[in-house]
Amino acid sequence: MTDNNTLSAVEGIKVRSRLLRGTLVESLADPITGALAEDDQMLIKFHGSYQQDDRDIREERRQQKLEPAYSFMIRTRLPGGVCSPAQWLALDGLADQYANGSLRLTTRQAFQLHGVIKRELKPTIAAMNAVLIDTIAACGDVNRNVMSAANPHISGAHAEALEWARRLSEHLLPKTHAYHEIWLDGVRVDEVRVDEGAGELGESATGESEPIYGPTYLPRKFKAAIAVPPLNDVDIFSQDLGFIAIIEDGKLIGFNLCVGGGMGSTHGDTTTFPRLADVIGFVTPDQLLAAAEAVVTAQRDFGNRIVRKHARLKYTIETHGIDWFKAEVEQRLSFRFAAARAFHFEHSGDRFGWVRGESGNWHLTVRIEAGRVADRNGRNWRQALAAIARIHDGEFRITPNQNLIIANVADAQRAGIDALLQTHGVDAGTAQSPLRLNALACVSYPTCPLAMAEAERYLPDFGAKLELLLVQHGLRDVPIGLRITGCPNGCARPFLAEIALVGKAPGRYNLYLGGDRRGQRLNALYRENIVEADILATLDPLLADFARGRSGDEGFADFLIRSEAIPAPPSVQFAASTRQSAERAL
Amino acid sequence: MKATSIHPIAEALPEIVALRDKLSWLSDGLDVRSLLWISGYAAGLAAAQQQGNVAAVAAEPAAAALSILYGSQTGNAKRAAEKLHDQALQAGIAARLLRLDDYTPKQLAAERSVWLVVSTQGDGDPSDDARRFVDVLRSKRAPRLPQLRYAVLGLGDASYPKFCEIGRIIDERLTELGATRWFARGEADVDIVSVLEPWSRQALEIARDELATPNAVASVTPIRARSNANSWHRDQPFAAEVLANQRITARDSAKDVRHIELSLAESGISYEPGDALGVWPENSAQSVQAVLSASRLQPEAAVTVGEHTRPLGEWLQREREIGKLSRPFLQKLAERSGSAELQHLLAAEQRAGLSSFLSTHRILDVLRAHPTGWDATSLVTALGPLAPRLYSIASSRKQVDDEVHLTVATIAWEAHGSTHHGVASDWLSTRTAEQDKVRVYIEPNTRFRLPANPETDLIMIGPGTGVAPFRAFVQERAAIGATGRHWLFFGNQHFSSQFLYQVEWQEALKRGQLQRLDLAFSRDQAEKIYVQDRLRQQARALYAWLQNGAHVYVCGDATNMAGDVHRALVDVIEHERGGGREDAEAYLAELDSAHRYLRDVY
Repeated sequence: MTDNNTLSAVEGIKVRSRLLRGTLVESLADPITGALAEDDQMLIKFHGSYQQDDRDIREERRQQKLEPAYSFMIRTRLPGGVCSPAQWLALDGLADQYANGSLRLTTRQAFQLHGVIKRELKPTIAAMNAVLIDTIAACGDVNRNVMSAANPHISGAHAEALEWARRLSEHLLPKTHAYHEIWLDGVRVDEVRVDEGAGELGESATGESEPIYGPTYLPRKFKAAIAVPPLNDVDIFSQDLGFIAIIEDGKLIGFNLCVGGGMGSTHGDTTTFPRLADVIGFVTPDQLLAAAEAVVTAQRDFGNRIVRKHARLKYTIETHGIDWFKAEVEQRLSFRFAAARAFHFEHSGDRFGWVRGESGNWHLTVRIEAGRVADRNGRNWRQALAAIARIHDGEFRITPNQNLIIANVADAQRAGIDALLQTHGVDAGTAQSPLRLNALACVSYPTCPLAMAEAERYLPDFGAKLELLLVQHGLRDVPIGLRITGCPNGCARPFLAEIALVGKAPGRYNLYLGGDRRGQRLNALYRENIVEADILATLDPLLADFARGRSGDEGFADFLIRSEAIPAPPSVQFAASTRQSAERAL
Repeated sequence: MKATSIHPIAEALPEIVALRDKLSWLSDGLDVRSLLWISGYAAGLAAAQQQGNVAAVAAEPAAAALSILYGSQTGNAKRAAEKLHDQALQAGIAARLLRLDDYTPKQLAAERSVWLVVSTQGDGDPSDDARRFVDVLRSKRAPRLPQLRYAVLGLGDASYPKFCEIGRIIDERLTELGATRWFARGEADVDIVSVLEPWSRQALEIARDELATPNAVASVTPIRARSNANSWHRDQPFAAEVLANQRITARDSAKDVRHIELSLAESGISYEPGDALGVWPENSAQSVQAVLSASRLQPEAAVTVGEHTRPLGEWLQREREIGKLSRPFLQKLAERSGSAELQHLLAAEQRAGLSSFLSTHRILDVLRAHPTGWDATSLVTALGPLAPRLYSIASSRKQVDDEVHLTVATIAWEAHGSTHHGVASDWLSTRTAEQDKVRVYIEPNTRFRLPANPETDLIMIGPGTGVAPFRAFVQERAAIGATGRHWLFFGNQHFSSQFLYQVEWQEALKRGQLQRLDLAFSRDQAEKIYVQDRLRQQARALYAWLQNGAHVYVCGDATNMAGDVHRALVDVIEHERGGGREDAEAYLAELDSAHRYLRDVY
């Protein structure tokens, strides 16, 4: 354990970094290595990038007396996951020019490029900024990409939610000039944004300060999202800070505020755990930014900066209690939270195929397995989507389930888009089983430094085997949520899934069961450290029981709990005012 | 046998005659073994004195009847000269052996009889040790030499257009200076023996008649200063176990470079940083098979050449060069096949055409193109002997004990419908660790030594596998706790896949065993960047290091790199001194004379 009074090493790096500069410029220029200096490896996360290496060849290169094949993942900041066709094409071009030839759609509605080598990092980030996509705070101990309900068919409220996601993202952006200095040679894409931040304090000679974060930013990463019921695609209860849109008579009247969700945990350490967010009240739209800032600053001041794995907001709340935290936040505000309003979530998945929106335009949701946009095995997603981007007047929306919506398509354009998909050997995926359509996987091997087992590369294989089992039990068309991650850090939000595999070691996983399809209940460890054959053998009798004993359209994990095959894991605890309506809704 | 008869030049050196009594007393009652040891010991002392006092030696008039001078890059000319020297001594000729970097053309004015054995590098360049001698000889400073008679043996590679160019230049220039050509110049191709033997026979006959001292024929082989404690040598190589054969370029590299570790355990072999390892390769089973089918012969056929009888397959595998095409082989093939095309190529006026043909064709290509009724014995005698290859040693014994490490670029290319492999690199890269053995010996390279002073700074320029000796240098200097600084210039095509020994250099930088590392990866960006470009970029610092006494070492490709680096160094010096081109060249020439600008290029 860390010394009780010593700040974690990362805090020291932040303090010394001069608002996230560190020695990044020197590190980038160092020709001896494809890596950054150690402290800079931490700092670059705040700039939207992780240093990684190709783990498939790490040992081989060690023997070759070569350093690991270092490269960088670059993650965009893209509130609500919305981009224009021109931006899509620019990123698509960068995938070939500097990255590994693919685009990755993430569970936080961002793009990731993988395999960018150090000397091409700057041109890549500069090229992204040239099409007005930045990467600031996409990773690091700050507020990350702000998510927003992707489903466009309730588009009036959705559009408002998206607008608030953008404002929230802007409001919580770091104000340091470091990003522009390092990546854009001092050119600011959006000068106003930076000047506003400086103006608020107006004290430093350079006009540069961090009024919200302070010089050491947050104790740990911070995730925010806006959900628009009845869809919980953003998994609102997994977020540090969530806003649940409350719509009355088709009008957005405000948001229920929830705090303290989070997925990450450490294998075998019971002081770490996934946690569902608590709903603590209701705010009107004009109170949203102030409320968010108060939550952020409370976490800034009270979050654990000594033990990094206890540093997220969920542990702050566990340590001090939710009532204390609510009071602490309110004390920072000029208003008190109103009682939370009733809401109801139906599910957390996507709706595939063409959907007509309020405006009469069409939206096509396509299944992108594990979010990997690539040309592989005759399924040429990259070519297809680039071709669509060239004729598309609407926008693209990345869903929190790693899928893509080709949004705002005029009636006349539909056939052309369908034809382009067909030409490139792909389709929306509507014919696939619900299991395959809804499954999530994080990136994991070969690039993720945290990976303990395969995830993205394993999903097609395991998905097919599990699907076969479902077919055998006559369950092929039953929606069952499967999520696979390479480690317990939780990028694909595994601890909310009905069935989750969480990597332990190559070929070995912990099997979790018990989540629901609304994202309101955690799952629990069912079997530890088992291989594929054991996973399938474990699931087989449970699925057989389910097939025999299922009631109506009961979910798999709901059945397991009802039949007492597993104990009920924790689920969302609603405050008194919302309980009745929430229970009714459930 | 009497002690006085050991050294044939005793008669000519009065001061040694005066020592005869002392020597008699010293040697009284000693057995042959002890006497030989004393001979070697004394020779070693003499050599040490000579090395330590070059100026004094140069000022002395030549006392020997015959001076054998050599300029050698890879050791072939040196070996030929040593052999001539041995034979001359045995023939009773008071001969002395000198390397051209310890000799100036002015000294020729005091000579009466001289043999020169000189190699030609790449595109008609002298070996590094002969560079200064050739420059001065060709200049106005060269003395008139009416008293001198001389003979030249040139060594070269007929696949280069300027074959034996340096031998020719020296030969013609000496005549211009008034010297007498004693007998005709010899020009030896890679198959050295076929020219060396007749030339030395003739040379010795003529010289014995004119120079031999009566009754002074030595009855023992003198033990030379150059011989070290190693009992293993070129013709008696040590079978070293392969400890590691590790590719050190990444999987996406088109170049396959190997780090080879060999065990010298129990061989008693020692070496110094800068030395080369001679490797006796064998031809691969595939290439032997290809030659057998092209010549329509069976591997079992017994062939006797000289004292040896072996199956043809074994001759081809272990004893004969079946890769690189030589003029003598082409000559024999032309005779056997009666090919007009080949005979035309071999005509005297076709030198350029021939050299281009030799460099673009392998033996297999011509065997296939000109089938003829070979018999096994004719094939074996037509082919030249398989020669060892030299690799700069990449390790210091102070770090690796009884191991020796090499950095080997495997060479393979497509031509005339088949894939060709470099014989030795193919042999080494297909050896299995902890199973196979490789026949090796040390080829000392006294011209590429670390400075005696551990405080002296080193500038090391070694792109590609040229980095090998610098791994040895840095290991050695770390082991002895040298306080001088180290600056390495390395280059290759790609950073990610061809940064040879990347992790070791990073460690060396961290530990302060390497102070600076400049890299040039030519194909990682639109414009090509080479080590010479980095040298120019670092002009100020480089010149400061030079002014501070740094030694400059260059290792690697002789064809382009060495010249490019040389020009870059001149540019750097010119830029920093501002004294013009000639001043810069003179500055660099001074470094060369002072043995501070050293090259191991091939």
